[in-house]
Amino acid sequence: MSISKQIVDDFVANDISFVTTVPCKQLAGVIDEVETRPEIYHIPSNKEDEGMGLCAGAFMGGKRPAIIMQNTAIGVTVNTLVTLTQFYRMPLPMLISYRGELKEPVACQVEMAVHTKALLNQLNIPTYHFHKQEDAQELDAILKYTFMCNKPVAILTDATFWGGY
Amino acid sequence: MIRSEILKEIAPILRDQLVICNIGLPSQELHMIDDQPTNFYMLGTMGLASSIGLGVALAQDKTVIAIDGDGSVLTNFGTLPTIANNVADNFVLMIIDNGSYGSTGDQPTYAGKKTSLAAVATACGCENVVEVQDKDCGPALEAAIASKQMTIMVVKCDSGNIKVPVITKDPVVIRDRFMNAVAS
Repeated sequence: MSISKQIVDDFVANDISFVTTVPCKQLAGVIDEVETRPEIYHIPSNKEDEGMGLCAGAFMGGKRPAIIMQNTAIGVTVNTLVTLTQFYRMPLPMLISYRGELKEPVACQVEMAVHTKALLNQLNIPTYHFHKQEDAQELDAILKYTFMCNKPVAILTDATFWGGY
Repeated sequence: MIRSEILKEIAPILRDQLVICNIGLPSQELHMIDDQPTNFYMLGTMGLASSIGLGVALAQDKTVIAIDGDGSVLTNFGTLPTIANNVADNFVLMIIDNGSYGSTGDQPTYAGKKTSLAAVATACGCENVVEVQDKDCGPALEAAIASKQMTIMVVKCDSGNIKVPVITKDPVVIRDRFMNAVAS
């Protein structure tokens, strides 16, 4: 089974039915997989804070949401994470491509990578880092944990995890 | 008319609907005029009222009205293409367009100058866009709800604010009672 299919299977098994995405090359496969699933309403957003607003609404409307985005988005969404998702105590799994790690060809991506975990730590966001494909076996438990504690939770997925750049 | 006068006039229409209300004075005014469990007040996060409203509308069947402002829509312009391309016929986006950032001291916005939000919404692909004057807001809102078609309203009005207390309700209480109202 492809890793993208496995990830989206875990989403569906955890009743996630509303997924917003802002694309990244590393995430293309998983976004394609989300698009194929009838159980999921896929709503691409133009910016990640907009996507978090959509997810907040979907959650209050009774659906379990998730966002798929690049780690650069952490820089974009600090205010939204703090004043919406955390302030109102809403769950939000964030599947994040961790650009700027080993095998990264684009130097500028490293500039955000060095801040990614520090920012997540500063925001008290539970953070998991998938480096090898077997790490994804924890995804099901991470999703259950997210909807148990009503917090945004970050799942960083690096280039090695996705099988190289 | 200024925004608070419009909100006072449409409060009886809003009372039976799910409402996502914009940050700052709009939420404070609606809270003071007619607090309801069906109202979700934004205490922070400028710009996302329309996104939250669309999310609620797509997730369930009840009518959802997002009360937004011209300044907030300018902050989150990307919302209009998303709304246009994800039609929820139970969704009304009501942009109260007073041409100013009311909550921060009435600094002018570009919507009060050359930029037409109705024209932008139309260009983004929104199909039912109506621009109305303040005094016509109530009937236009009732028509939008009755139409069962996703509608973008741009309500042109005067800038100006009234003295109003901040909302001290806990955000989790606001969220929880709203979710109970959605589910009831």
